[in-house]
Amino acid sequence: MLATLYKQDKLAIGLLGCIALISVLVPVCNLLFPVDSVMHFSAYTVSIMGKYLTFALLGLSLDLIWGYCGILALGQGAFFALGGYAMGMYLMRQIGNRSVYGNPLLPDFMVFLNWTELPWYWLGFDHFGFAALMVLVVPGLLAFVFGWLAFRSRVTGVYLSIITQALTYALLLAFFRNEMGFGGNNGLTDFKDILGFNIQSEAVRGSLLMVSGLVLIGAFMASRWVMLSKLGRVVTAVRDQESRVRFLGYRVEHFKLWVFVLSAMLAGIAGALYVPQVGIINPSEFSPLNSLEIVIWVAIGGRGTLYGAIVGAVLVNYAKTLLTGWAPEIWLFFLGATFILVTIFLPDGLVGFWQRHKHEQKQ
Amino acid sequence: MTWQSCASTLRIFHAEKENMKPNFTRCCCCLMAILMLLLPSLTLSEDSANEAVYTAALARLNATSMTERSAAIDQLAAVKAPRAIVILQALLDGHLFNLILENKLVIGTEIDAGYKLIDAKSGQDLGIAAREATQKINLNNSLRVSLRKTLGRLQLNANEAKARMNAVQAIAKDIDSESLALLRERLVVEKDVGVQDEIRLVLGLEQLNSTDKTERLGAIDLLKDQANQEVVNRLNALQDQDTEGQFAETDVDVRNYAKAALVKINARLKVYAAIETLFFGLSLGAVLVLAAIGLAITFGVMGIINMAHGELMMLGAYTTYVMQQLMPDHLGWALILSIPAAFVISALVGIAIERGIIRFLYGRPLETLLATFGVSLFLQQTVRSIFSPLNRSVASPEWMSGTWQINDFLSLTWNRFYILVFCFLVFALLLQILKRTRLGLEVRAVAQNRTMAKAMGIPTARVDALTFGLGSGIAGIAGVALSQITNVGPNLGQAYIVDSFMVVVFGGVGNLWGTLLAGFSLGIANKLLEPVAGAVLAKILVLIFIILFIQKRPRGLFPQKGRAAES
Repeated sequence: MLATLYKQDKLAIGLLGCIALISVLVPVCNLLFPVDSVMHFSAYTVSIMGKYLTFALLGLSLDLIWGYCGILALGQGAFFALGGYAMGMYLMRQIGNRSVYGNPLLPDFMVFLNWTELPWYWLGFDHFGFAALMVLVVPGLLAFVFGWLAFRSRVTGVYLSIITQALTYALLLAFFRNEMGFGGNNGLTDFKDILGFNIQSEAVRGSLLMVSGLVLIGAFMASRWVMLSKLGRVVTAVRDQESRVRFLGYRVEHFKLWVFVLSAMLAGIAGALYVPQVGIINPSEFSPLNSLEIVIWVAIGGRGTLYGAIVGAVLVNYAKTLLTGWAPEIWLFFLGATFILVTIFLPDGLVGFWQRHKHEQKQ
Repeated sequence: MTWQSCASTLRIFHAEKENMKPNFTRCCCCLMAILMLLLPSLTLSEDSANEAVYTAALARLNATSMTERSAAIDQLAAVKAPRAIVILQALLDGHLFNLILENKLVIGTEIDAGYKLIDAKSGQDLGIAAREATQKINLNNSLRVSLRKTLGRLQLNANEAKARMNAVQAIAKDIDSESLALLRERLVVEKDVGVQDEIRLVLGLEQLNSTDKTERLGAIDLLKDQANQEVVNRLNALQDQDTEGQFAETDVDVRNYAKAALVKINARLKVYAAIETLFFGLSLGAVLVLAAIGLAITFGVMGIINMAHGELMMLGAYTTYVMQQLMPDHLGWALILSIPAAFVISALVGIAIERGIIRFLYGRPLETLLATFGVSLFLQQTVRSIFSPLNRSVASPEWMSGTWQINDFLSLTWNRFYILVFCFLVFALLLQILKRTRLGLEVRAVAQNRTMAKAMGIPTARVDALTFGLGSGIAGIAGVALSQITNVGPNLGQAYIVDSFMVVVFGGVGNLWGTLLAGFSLGIANKLLEPVAGAVLAKILVLIFIILFIQKRPRGLFPQKGRAAES
């Protein structure tokens, strides 16, 4: 399969190579070289690279639904955050009695709220396997119910975008409530262990980066395979001519639902990988602005290409890190201007621009 | 006008005057005669008849003997004129003095240098006199008590309802059997409803203290229609039980009667609470409608998703802030002037957005959404850079602050009331613009069928720009209203954008009435749920409801019908 990919798309193979190189090389370097060496990457660099990779995965998940199915989902951040919360809950349970209040049964914020027992929906999160399952099931289930209702009644286009935004907004408000039992405003943080290893240690950080990179490559290959399959063809056809596909006898809503759930699950995985690397998950991840930022990553990179989303996510986030460090007030100007300029001048994104350029060169 | 026509006009005027003459003179004569008859009788009866009484009474007041003073008080009380009440009140308050040198009674108010004097008899201003130059007219205790009664009676019978109200309230502060009798007397003849109620309240609360059973039952009768916190407290106190289950009120009949009255009062309180919820719901709805109605034009009529709509409202709110900074002494005027100013500013920004960005993206709604979102980030950051990220406080002018206290249990805040009214005004105006003006006609034509409208010679590009400007301007106006009830900060728009989209989508795209109804029903639903579920949960529930609703009826409450709907 890699061979066919190499034949068809050299750009993609290059990009995947880069990701693989970074995600393997960086941890290995950190093991081999001493701390003061040039080849030794700081903990900050490692975690920020890991963060970019999870964002790339998140962008990829949006590209599936937006680029291939034509559904501009403005609530992708919600699935990301739900996956993150599922992972965060597991990490919270691992703290045990090392928390500030030292209660072995309850997380700190529940002790603070005078709760006496663990709510039922926290049960089972002591086990990594269960939490990992929930990372997929919770976003997937939400996407399934939401999508089933929406696609069945043929809510499309802008309406769908707005109600997905309302969905993430509603979740934002809900998770801000202390009574929800997810830590309210502060969210979940102060993690100690993951699978028995210290989450702050260099080895774990390196492994998380490696896992993020490998998952991203795996997700890319899987998405590509899905989109090149017959199912993917139908989905692309739905994007271009929905009613014609329906008249040909396909159940359009089933295909949409399938892609929507898949994309939500990928977003959930991205969230689950994101949380241990940044060490916190709070309700602001649900904010509509975050979901819109995901959209701009994909738009800049070029939608409907998969690797465009990866390029866009990394580029925009790198720019964000640089700009917010250098002159925070510039960042929103930059982001706003990018939104405007990309939609008007770069409708296919950077990758589309590059492909067109090469195409013209050939001619 | 030429000289000729001037002259002719003059002639006509002259002729008319001639014609009118007999009539006019007769009228005048009649009037004069009536006046001649009335005037002296009025002035004479007030002054000359009373003049003698005043002189005599004031002289007697000045006398040293207390019996003389008592007689003088009775004399003055018999006059029942406002002047006499003023003198008696001054006497009671210890403000009536004898100006020693001139041996004349004056009313003095204390100021730094001494007393500021007014002639008791004529009301003339006599300037300022030193303390030593005057001597207070004293009263003994029994005289003071009787004077208070007399004054109370006089004021209770005053002509203005407000004066009577004050008298009742004054009596309530210091009540005894005699003043109760006075109040009962008055209740029979009192015509003003407010004063009647007040008397009943005072009487009832007092009678409740009585030991006589029938008196107490009567008191409850008097009180059962009152919406007053004290009444509720007192009636509740009658139901109290001590630790051994003994009732504070021993009489079963009184207790049951009080209970029945309480039930009645509570029912009324529930009505008040419902009115209040309704009002809060309507006012929240008004805010939603104001926020959404501009969107209803850009989104509903033109099909443009303007994510910067919230920021256009924010611009309106900041305009209000700037206007108030410019005119710090005239907050009210600043607010009124900022309505047109905000409209113009937001409309201009809107037109710039439309001409600069949106017109390249017609027919690509998702891209429009993204580009205008970029604009919203840009505007937010601009405001943040100019005005700082902190919230700015916009003051409310006096006539907008405070509450309209209807009774102890029902009070409506003025600012929300005005916003409700303002919302209706803006809505009506917008409806008229769309219905009756040429712009409105063109807007509707372009919305229905762009190519056909173009073929008929309508300049669609200009109409697009103007429509977008109109929608944006309305957003600015909404911002002015918002500045009165919430914090003005860079995030103001963000807070309302999702809500306003919900309102438009819920109401049905392209339908202003739908937007109005949707805004109000969402506002009321929110406020109805709030006491049950809490503010945040109520909002979430409403959002979930809308999400489900849209899936049931994707085109909103009032979907567009006909060809326009199919595009």
